[in-house]
Amino acid sequence: MKLTFWGTRGSLASPGLDTVRYGGNTSCVSVQGSEGTVIVLDAGTGIRPLGQSLPTDSKQIHILLTHLHMDHIQGLPFFAPLRRRGVEIHIWGPASTTLSLSARLQKYLSPPLFPVSVRELSADLHFHELPDHLIEIGEFKVDAQLIIHPNPTIGYRIQCAGTAVTYLPDHEPALGMRKFPRETEWLSGYALAEGSDLLIHDAQYTDQEYRERVGFGHSSLKQAFQFAQLTQVKHFVPFHYDPTHDDEQLDRMFEEARAEVQPSYVVTPSREGLSLDAVC
Amino acid sequence: MPQQEIEVILARHLSEYLLMPIFIVNPDGDLVFYNEPAEAILGLSYSETGMMPAREWSTIFQQEDLEGGPIKPDDLPLIIALRERHPAHKVIRIRGLDGIAREIEITAFPLVSQADRFLGAIAIFWEITK
Repeated sequence: MKLTFWGTRGSLASPGLDTVRYGGNTSCVSVQGSEGTVIVLDAGTGIRPLGQSLPTDSKQIHILLTHLHMDHIQGLPFFAPLRRRGVEIHIWGPASTTLSLSARLQKYLSPPLFPVSVRELSADLHFHELPDHLIEIGEFKVDAQLIIHPNPTIGYRIQCAGTAVTYLPDHEPALGMRKFPRETEWLSGYALAEGSDLLIHDAQYTDQEYRERVGFGHSSLKQAFQFAQLTQVKHFVPFHYDPTHDDEQLDRMFEEARAEVQPSYVVTPSREGLSLDAVC
Repeated sequence: MPQQEIEVILARHLSEYLLMPIFIVNPDGDLVFYNEPAEAILGLSYSETGMMPAREWSTIFQQEDLEGGPIKPDDLPLIIALRERHPAHKVIRIRGLDGIAREIEITAFPLVSQADRFLGAIAIFWEITK
């Protein structure tokens, strides 16, 4: 499978000269299978350029939302295939305890927040609520489970012919722990990430920032490295960078974390435009 | 050991910060976690026992009503919350491994998550001091 990163930023889009290397668009990753199936992970502002790059004759696209915070859905109405007749678009994501997925999305896709409502989109839309499903999408098998982040949030493990990619863009496994990491039985996200060939994980904060923002739902870069170590992944891709971290600061953070953790796995910081091949 | 459900992980985290004794059981009634205040009631620490099967933990302490009559394990609030999936409350007297009789109030409630996923139950013990 081929992964392409269209948006790597967390919380707020942050374009500018200081963020050109790692990128300013918010969360969006495309996963393309060997049989042509396209999965889109989250619909942050990065989904707009992805939509422009897809063939105009695409017939079916699956968008997997981890949760409905704005940085993960803001690009959705700017996704060009949504405005094309004849395109079947499946949107997967969490309901709340009282509202359906489509009702939750319509809170954003309606006035006064947005002028176009869901029913005005031309594509053939289908909503699917998670996490109580093991999904099969084309050649992929997708496991969706709740993880620790404010409001219902799902992590995904995407598998194809023995290769597993795990996507945990907003994740605070250290929440409530006096000592992190803890034994794996009590570690959020462990079942999804265990032994993955590639892990895309929240790397929002420095350690100091994390101490000041416990409960915000994110990890420090060092915690993400430790999580990757504990889950025995082969390749770790830090993701969901804080909007205040410019390219130079991210370079320094990666260098310090590598030196401290001495990872036994490959590390490739995500950046806009990066493509990775996972064997499949 | 497979990973616990996220709601159960969060419940454990919360219990570790609270003073009330708290017991968390899975849908089979197995005790998956109890906090430090609960260790005084069981007379055992979680780090020593880890998870305990239902048949084991339910017989560790002797329970009776306030008149000294026996209470069957099936009538304990935690078991009722599991079996009937609604909250249950009772005042009982228990004698733990330390041999001391204590009057306690127990409130138990089921853990039902999104999509009607049944994850077990939680019991809070409250010792009545006179």
